[in-house]
Amino acid sequence: MKKVNYLEIDGKSGGFFALLGVLGVIILAGLGGMYYMEHNGHFVTGMDNQIVWGMPHVFAVFLIVAASGALNVASIGTVFGKAMYKPLGRLSSLLAIALLAGGLMVLVLDLGRPDRLLVAMTYYNFKSIFAWNIILYNGFFAVVIVYLWMMMQRSMNKYYKAAGFFAFFWRLILTTGTGSIFGFLVARPGYDAAIMAPMFIIMSFAFGLAIFLLVLMMGYRWTERPLGDDVIRKLKNLLGVFVGAVMYFVLVYHLTNLYATEHHGVEKFILAGDSEHTKIFWFLQILLGGVAPLAILYSKLGSSRLWIGIGSLLVILGGLAQMYVIIIGGQAYPLEIFPGMEVVNSSFFDGGSYHHYSPSLAETLLGISGFAVALLIVTLGVRVLRFMPDSLADKDVNPHHKG
Amino acid sequence: MNKPEAASSGLSRRKFLTAGAATAAGVTVAPGISLLSVAHAKPVGQAVSDEQRWGMLIDTNKCAKGCSACVDACNTENGLNTGDEQQSRPEQKAQWIRKVDLRDKLTGHEVSLPLMCQHCENPPCVDVCPTGASFKREDGVVLVDKHICIGCRYCMMACPYKARSFIHEELTHQVENVPRGKGTVESCTLCVHRIDEDTNNQRDPACAEACNTEGHKAMVFGDLKDSNSTVSKELKKHSSKAIREDLGLNPGIRYRGI
Repeated sequence: MKKVNYLEIDGKSGGFFALLGVLGVIILAGLGGMYYMEHNGHFVTGMDNQIVWGMPHVFAVFLIVAASGALNVASIGTVFGKAMYKPLGRLSSLLAIALLAGGLMVLVLDLGRPDRLLVAMTYYNFKSIFAWNIILYNGFFAVVIVYLWMMMQRSMNKYYKAAGFFAFFWRLILTTGTGSIFGFLVARPGYDAAIMAPMFIIMSFAFGLAIFLLVLMMGYRWTERPLGDDVIRKLKNLLGVFVGAVMYFVLVYHLTNLYATEHHGVEKFILAGDSEHTKIFWFLQILLGGVAPLAILYSKLGSSRLWIGIGSLLVILGGLAQMYVIIIGGQAYPLEIFPGMEVVNSSFFDGGSYHHYSPSLAETLLGISGFAVALLIVTLGVRVLRFMPDSLADKDVNPHHKG
Repeated sequence: MNKPEAASSGLSRRKFLTAGAATAAGVTVAPGISLLSVAHAKPVGQAVSDEQRWGMLIDTNKCAKGCSACVDACNTENGLNTGDEQQSRPEQKAQWIRKVDLRDKLTGHEVSLPLMCQHCENPPCVDVCPTGASFKREDGVVLVDKHICIGCRYCMMACPYKARSFIHEELTHQVENVPRGKGTVESCTLCVHRIDEDTNNQRDPACAEACNTEGHKAMVFGDLKDSNSTVSKELKKHSSKAIREDLGLNPGIRYRGI
């Protein structure tokens, strides 16, 4: 194993500028969508007084969850002392910051009053998990930037382990906070479950690693730097474990709900209903986002980088589907305001089988632009600072490499 | 040696009794009507206190199916039907109070009732609001401070009664007493602008007033902490329930007949 040499990317190729251009266009489209929504008001969106959180929340929460998970690669190197992961720490931290920035941008721009961001930063109700999250998200930026600084400046290297531990604990608390946004909603039958917090943590492991794998493979392919098979194999095996763990948590969540009679309604709605949520759950979340990646990663296909890339993409798609089912599906199932009673008539849509939601183009574009913001930050980051080792060849980074 | 205290303070027993009788006569306007029961209401300009807890008893046995007098009165009072929200879909329009008809799944018994913010003692909307824009006054009224609401809509996710509305477009026809605006969340205020008037001008919330005018008298508003208030006496007389009592939120709105 030789000493790791980090280098900026050249950033002079046509491909580099094409990438910047594509990301820029997506971001502009998202900002255009946001302007349209905020200028007119939310009546132009698919959201209403029944489905109050829509597509932007699906993307925002996904990106925020993935952000904490992307830092995992760095944590494995620092906290768990795995030598092979250490050279990946800088890129992992950069990606974590970038994903969080993308997610937060979407979240903030979907507010009814995004112009009052300063109010959100200066008025705190400490009983609100949302208020805690504002602190946790801002703190995450600070903690990870310090962590990066300790990694990147040689004279500060001695504090790198302590900073890594701190960042690891911070990210666990952060994802607990994000999961608890839903876990603490006592009145909604689809939420109100303590398992939400740990499930979000394990989801973050999978989503963050899937995005990291894609960024890593793309980045090294486009810059023509060596990337060893051992590195990829370890990461893809880990991704498989995380995907399996997510499915386990989903299983336990639904089994627990199925045992309680009071939750049969919402379970039937999600698992065996006639809405789009049942299809999204089984086909996108479970089949395409869970079973298919596991089959790819643990079969012969798992030795092909193309297939690992496809598997990672499917994990991301499945993750977005899972967020959709949790966030939109959880609201679509009507609140049980009068248990034991059937709503015969209401002007405020209390009855009926479920609330419908058709996302508008504007809110979907805003959501997608969160991804573009994250990738733009990473692209510019690796251009100006030394985040990427010039080689991740097995002989250079894997202490157990033979040959 | 030991003089009675009244004498030592310069107030003889006779004078004391005379003054007491005069005071009693002063607060009794007419037989059976005493100012004492409303004397708890605060003078205008004085901060609200926890000496009151405003609440309401809704008797579903008296609530007429198909009658929407309370809803109409609320809309007019708070400027909810003054020509705004033309572009919003029905699912997007604000409703502070709505009529809901229910049928018992087992017995088939049907009831009709008005549903609005239940003004909980432990309101989940207040707990989850990141900025503190959702707040509960000392006298139990749950409100939204429109100046610091950022429109995150977490309160709408948390409310077990779906009592809140988000404003989906620009408003131009707000009424004087009720500030509202695009991008913020709102709900029933129990007509605070009415109950905050000084003693002589204090009025019931518009919904309760309209229900009385219609002759149904299904909504009794008052101070739950004043044992002499009509609402307290009625609550004591017959059983009543809170909606989703299992959540332990102790709402200020109680229902009879559900």
